[in-house]
Amino acid sequence: MISIIHILFAVLLAPLALGVINRTKAIFAGRRGQPLLQLYWDLFKLLRKGAVYSRTTTWVFSAGPLVSLAAVLTSLLVVPFGGVRALLAFPGDLLLLAYLLGLMRFFTVIAALDTGSSFEGMGASREVTFSALAEPALLLGLAAMGRRAGSLSLSGMYSGMMPSDLVHHGGPVLILVAAAFLVVFLAENARIPIDDPDTHLELTMIHEVMALDHGGPDFAFIQYAAALKMWVLGALLIGILVPMHTGLPPLDVVAALIGMFLLAAATGVIESTMARLRILRVPQLLVAASVLSMLALVLVLD
Amino acid sequence: MLLILASLLLMVASGAAALVTSARERLSKVIGVTGLVTSCIIGLAPALHVLWTGREEAFIRPWSVPMGSFSIGLDGLSAFFLLPILVLSALAAVYGGAYLQAHHHKGGGHDVSHATRDGSAFFHPGESEDGEREQGQGARERSENRGPATGNLIRKPGASWFFYNLLVASMIMVIMARNGVLFLIAWEVMAIASYFLVMYEDESALVRKAGSTYLIATHCGTAFLLALFILLGRQSGSLDFSTFEASGLSGVAFLMALVGFGTKAGLVPLHVWLPEAHPAAPSHVSAVMSGVMIKTGIYGLIRTLTFLGPPPPWWGWTLIGIGAISGILGVLFALAQHDLKRLLAYHSVENIGIITLGLGLGLLGVSYDQPLIAVLGFAGGLLHVVNHALFKGLLFLGAGAVAHAAQTREIDRLGGLLRRMPWTGAAFLIGSVAICGLPPLNGFVSEFLIYVGAFEATSSLMGPTAVSGMLIVGALALIGGLATACFTKAFGIVFLGEPRTDDAARAVEVTAGMRIPLMVLAACCAAIGLLAPLAFTITTRSFPSLANLLPYDAPVLIHQAAGMMRVVVLCLSSFLLLLSMLFIIRHKLLSGRSVEKTVTWDCGYAAPTSRMQYTASSYAQPLTQLFHFILRTHRDFSPPQGFFPESAALSTHTQDAFEEEVYRPLFQGVGRLLSRLRWLQSGRIQLYVLYIALTLLILLMWKLG
Repeated sequence: MISIIHILFAVLLAPLALGVINRTKAIFAGRRGQPLLQLYWDLFKLLRKGAVYSRTTTWVFSAGPLVSLAAVLTSLLVVPFGGVRALLAFPGDLLLLAYLLGLMRFFTVIAALDTGSSFEGMGASREVTFSALAEPALLLGLAAMGRRAGSLSLSGMYSGMMPSDLVHHGGPVLILVAAAFLVVFLAENARIPIDDPDTHLELTMIHEVMALDHGGPDFAFIQYAAALKMWVLGALLIGILVPMHTGLPPLDVVAALIGMFLLAAATGVIESTMARLRILRVPQLLVAASVLSMLALVLVLD
Repeated sequence: MLLILASLLLMVASGAAALVTSARERLSKVIGVTGLVTSCIIGLAPALHVLWTGREEAFIRPWSVPMGSFSIGLDGLSAFFLLPILVLSALAAVYGGAYLQAHHHKGGGHDVSHATRDGSAFFHPGESEDGEREQGQGARERSENRGPATGNLIRKPGASWFFYNLLVASMIMVIMARNGVLFLIAWEVMAIASYFLVMYEDESALVRKAGSTYLIATHCGTAFLLALFILLGRQSGSLDFSTFEASGLSGVAFLMALVGFGTKAGLVPLHVWLPEAHPAAPSHVSAVMSGVMIKTGIYGLIRTLTFLGPPPPWWGWTLIGIGAISGILGVLFALAQHDLKRLLAYHSVENIGIITLGLGLGLLGVSYDQPLIAVLGFAGGLLHVVNHALFKGLLFLGAGAVAHAAQTREIDRLGGLLRRMPWTGAAFLIGSVAICGLPPLNGFVSEFLIYVGAFEATSSLMGPTAVSGMLIVGALALIGGLATACFTKAFGIVFLGEPRTDDAARAVEVTAGMRIPLMVLAACCAAIGLLAPLAFTITTRSFPSLANLLPYDAPVLIHQAAGMMRVVVLCLSSFLLLLSMLFIIRHKLLSGRSVEKTVTWDCGYAAPTSRMQYTASSYAQPLTQLFHFILRTHRDFSPPQGFFPESAALSTHTQDAFEEEVYRPLFQGVGRLLSRLRWLQSGRIQLYVLYIALTLLILLMWKLG
């Protein structure tokens, strides 16, 4: 029951996390910033609009947002939230998660290529490059978590963790995995230092540029799917950093929610205090994340 | 068993009939294709029967060949490998009938004109004058100049059908042979028949080179197999498989099988023939060669493993190491290719690598006594054999359709084909998603099994041995990411956007004969994805044949794993449900609102041309740059000069590193060494007679002395 509730939370609150990031950045910049609920208003506005399609595009272009949103929604089924188990848990569910996100990426990329725009081609090219390098970091990190907990399902890996685990025996493993996941989180969600969501130059964009030609409901789907993807990857991170197991599931969900918004605030801090990396440097960061995951796995093998 | 023999007979007979009637092109084609399809359907019945009931069949007769009897058998493993062979060969034959006919009337030649030389970004047409650099407009002009010559050349498709049917029959025989001599005969027939099929367009020098590379490579492999069988039959004095038993030399036998069968399968570093030969063949032949023929190497390796007794851990480790290298290098080299069929050929190396990873994992599971890992590894590897046959067959047939419709296979000269060829495009998209291992299609199912096995290995093996799981997880994750990059490139640049050349703009959808096999294969890819538990169960029906290798009471484990697959399918179905719901929502939202058409937003630039689109080469550039230390892409760049530059050109070209760095020096060295003996060849007949006399004399002395 509580598992369904946390899916509902994800569906309802995912856009709010982006609001928190933007508010944090505004505070750092000394601005008032946009309303916390801005993304909701954007989504409602977009859903009420018509659409404009490029003459170059085919059905692939309009399939992209649908597949992306469906894939990320499905992945919610297997993602635990803090200490609360996912609705479905089975050995290997982490692969379903990783590959549903892969499917989302595949279709985002081919929808971008469908426009024939060289800007979107460039963004697509960078997206596949960086995500190919981020994939081993995510899966090796999950393998370390699996070995640690003796379980092959996400819910199993994240259950029974205590805040004290982070400082006691096995703490270094968790911290290494968390560091790797943070890089994956930032890279996959197109945040600084990998990508800048607020950039104004198409040449330098990665994720935003792939959606240049989408509009109306399609664009709403894309933005919403991106928010959900951030929520899903964030859940993997806060499961390590805010592991609350009070025995009272509602309390755990509240703790995880607080953790999620703290993560959003932390992302805002990172974005405010760091510059974006040169694109040629990004692969190094991602490979470093893979190395951290591998190190965590080696440590846990003992 | 009689059915399958009848099917073999019909296959060979119809091939021969096609050869005899080859003067009447149409009749010969009808005979060849109908005969093959009928015999494949006949052959499917016994294979399915064996898989369904689990009853093995055998047919043993004495024959005059020494060392054993004429012995063939059909057990679970053979039946499992027969399925993709029969299905893909029949579909590819239907396609090939339509393809060769259309191809023949066009005069041929176009499909291979850009076979190995790749170019990108042509600023100046006709830049490349020398014959070696076949690229760009220059190559096209040449192939058009060559047009009349090839047009006059009378091709006899009859011979092609003869060899095609012979190839399929020999593959079936390889799978069913239970005697070393019989196996090697079938193996050789398979190699020769496919050699002639590769050489279909033998007026092209590139095709001839590809053919001879293939012939040499496959015979080097066979040499190891000959030694392997002699080694296995050493103790019993018979080459019947039933008499083979494990001995102290199992390790040597394993290595010989790995080299011999690995050459056929295309494992790195024995793969160099594969990216040459597969693109050179007509597309339906490429599909069969890449889809199923190279799998006979995997079959041979597994079959040999069942003779060798309990595997020591280093076997599993070796397979995992080679599998990881093949997988990663295969996809990297694929990424750097400009020729669509060459790209697909390198992906076969990658997928063979994934299969090998699965088998290696299975072997390790056996060595370390972890039944679950063993079952998942073998099941994943075996299922991937079938899956790869389906989606690679689909992709090669699709690439053939593209080459046929747009007159080129060079990715950077294509574009916008989805509008022009909607069916081919949709099928190619399904194949691309499947080969990347993405849900909800079949590639995901087999990679999922291997992955879960690897995760199980990381979490339950002891200490350092768990590193095997880590290697597999890391390799598969990297391969998956790179494959996505590669196939978004292949599909995105070829089928989406605007056509980059006039030929691509003029492309039209291919005929139904070429389209329907694509549809069927795409449906198979989806079916295995959504019926994953069933596919898994059928795969495990081949396990009784592996009893020597998998000494476990597997049903419990299989039941457990099938349960897991059912939950996966539940998730996949909910994905499809959500997708259709979203589709309806979007449709409802947009109905009655303004939906306009305009140009692509190019940041305010009003007159973009199709040549301003991102190219495949630029798309892959960040990754090829990153892995330059492996790929060593050559780059010819003449930059624009002056205020009004008249010409500029950039071309990149990625040779196979192993061919460049290993084989070329090796063969040159051998050549140099042998050239020292050239003084023997004086060209004078008297001297040669003297050699013969001397040899006879020495032999006589040796015999008497």
